[in-house]
Amino acid sequence: MNPLQERYGQEIEAVLAKYPSDQKRSAVMPLLYIAQREHGHITREQLGQVGDILGISSTDVASIVGFYTLYHDAPGGKYRLQVCNDLPCALRGADKFFDDLCSRLDVQPGGTTADGLVTVEGVMCLAACHRAPMFQVQSHTEITYYEDQTVDKAVQLVDSWRQVNGK
Amino acid sequence: MNEILLRHREIQNLDQFPIYRQNKGFETFKHAVTAMNPAEVIDVVKASGLRGRGGAGFSTGMKWSFIDNKNWPHYVVVNADESEPGTFKDREIMESNPFQFLEGVMLCAYAVGANSAYIYLRGEFWQLAAELDKHIEYLEREGFLGDKLFGGEYGLRLYTHLGAGAYICGEETAMLESLEGKLGQPRLRPPFPPTFGLYSKPTIVNNVETLANVPLILERGADWFRSFGTEKSPGNKVFSLCGNVEKPGNYELSLGTTFRELIFTHGGGIPRRRKIKAIMPAGASSSLIVADDKALDTPMDYENVPSVGAQLGSASIIVIDDSVSMDWLINKTVHFFKHESCGKCTPCREGTYWMQHLTERIHHGQAKWDDVILLQDVATGIKGKCLCALGDFSTEAVVSSIQRFRSDFEAVAAGAPTPVAVRAEQVSPK
Ligand SMILES: Cc1cc2nc3c(=O)[nH]c(=O)nc-3n(C[C@H](O)[C@H](O)[C@H](O)COP(=O)(O)O)c2cc1C
Ligand code: SF4
Ligand code: FES
Repeated sequence: MNPLQERYGQEIEAVLAKYPSDQKRSAVMPLLYIAQREHGHITREQLGQVGDILGISSTDVASIVGFYTLYHDAPGGKYRLQVCNDLPCALRGADKFFDDLCSRLDVQPGGTTADGLVTVEGVMCLAACHRAPMFQVQSHTEITYYEDQTVDKAVQLVDSWRQVNGK
Repeated sequence: MNEILLRHREIQNLDQFPIYRQNKGFETFKHAVTAMNPAEVIDVVKASGLRGRGGAGFSTGMKWSFIDNKNWPHYVVVNADESEPGTFKDREIMESNPFQFLEGVMLCAYAVGANSAYIYLRGEFWQLAAELDKHIEYLEREGFLGDKLFGGEYGLRLYTHLGAGAYICGEETAMLESLEGKLGQPRLRPPFPPTFGLYSKPTIVNNVETLANVPLILERGADWFRSFGTEKSPGNKVFSLCGNVEKPGNYELSLGTTFRELIFTHGGGIPRRRKIKAIMPAGASSSLIVADDKALDTPMDYENVPSVGAQLGSASIIVIDDSVSMDWLINKTVHFFKHESCGKCTPCREGTYWMQHLTERIHHGQAKWDDVILLQDVATGIKGKCLCALGDFSTEAVVSSIQRFRSDFEAVAAGAPTPVAVRAEQVSPK
């Protein structure tokens, strides 16, 4: 048993039970979500651990991590604040929102705040175009939508994280 | 309005199981499983004329009848990837009318003889998937899902599966690859999923909205369904309205409603006394329609939208006002497709890369007219030469805007300041 199985054994079994027993590989995406809960990104060791469970190589697992944008292969902030600046949101002011938010938080697009807490990124459509400006927050464990936003509201949210995390 | 898909706006708490049951929920499924054979279910759906709401508008009943009955087991895969920029309808249906959606999935599974159905949701719909999981568990406890349903032989299990941020996984064969745990890259077709789908087995892939229509079609009949919409595009459609419009949101209207009625009557028109300039009726994959009177009076259905030079697609209506310059707009759409190209075939992978270089230069006023022509050439070179439709999609806005909004490009090529300066001042109307 590898560390992932030790920690999440039951959950992993439940995931595997969703797919035919000869199609274990289908579980790679759900298992990567489980693995990512640990550190907010997938480590080299975890690539091997996920591969072991499914009987595929860690290179194979790495290619999946590289292909899908919600998996990360490098550490970022504890919170990834992902602003949608795709066309429909941009028509409703998302570009300016994104720029203003970056300058208020003193980060470059794609960068992380000086306290290491928040990574701010521009992302593609999140199926919330009627409630722009909007962003999602990806933490280690979940993804939450924040819609009909203002820069002030977003900065308040970041401040509340800073308080919780003693920054 | 709201007769079929967005009924939760009329019936309070329809997202709760007891209320859905009070509104005849799951009676149709029970009746189908206990009193109809699968072919009869398919016949009703065929007769209704329902067409797929995921984009291509293919006859749903016809697709179901293509399922290969010589090869087993069969699967149903629900396309809940909803990633086309401008589209947010499946999300509302699954969030607010989840049981009708699930009953549609269950009826489809019964009709095509599938004992397992996977609902593939985009990874960002993480919370929504957790809600659906709860509903599925509940349905198992209540005896609507599981083995030997209603004392008969038929059994069915539903599972959710989360994607992880890749637009291409909305393409049905890429979705199947992704569900098999591989890179989300499209397959060469034929063979099509009804003969060669998930795990190489016969598979029906349908969009969320498509399936959400099915319970009422079975309950009330094909003729009732055909009393909405047009002859060739029966039923209602959820139009996702967004962009430069007063009241963006989802509107369930008859297919064949005009752009004008959607944008001006329901959507409240254009904010800040701006004028409407263009419409993209199928999200970012769309050609740009010049929003003149002829276009505004065009019925939004599968047969009429092509007459103004676009497709209805997923009916994600993006409204663009006269403060927007097209060089800015196509820079956005090309950026999207460049980012989302899966890289499997050269024209799309390389073509979107070159288009992005050009649209960046043009938008930043660093280009001459020759570059606009070059951009047009690159786009034309991509079109029709790709493995999947994403390649073509990436060119639609580019080619149509250079053709139909030429003066925008002439202005930037001549070094005029682009009206997008106005855009940067703009704040959300909220
Ligand atoms: C690049 C690309 C992206 C697509 N994205 C979606 C999507 O997000 N949702 C969807 O339902 N269909 C999408 N489709 C269409 C599907 O391939 C397929 O036609 C559809 O799921 C069939 O279901 P329907 O017959 O019920 O419409 C996409 C197609 C392409 C080429
Ligand atoms: S057209 Fe683009 S997205 Fe489609 S298979 Fe080719 S590279 Fe991938
Ligand atoms: S464009 Fe931002 S959510 Fe759709």
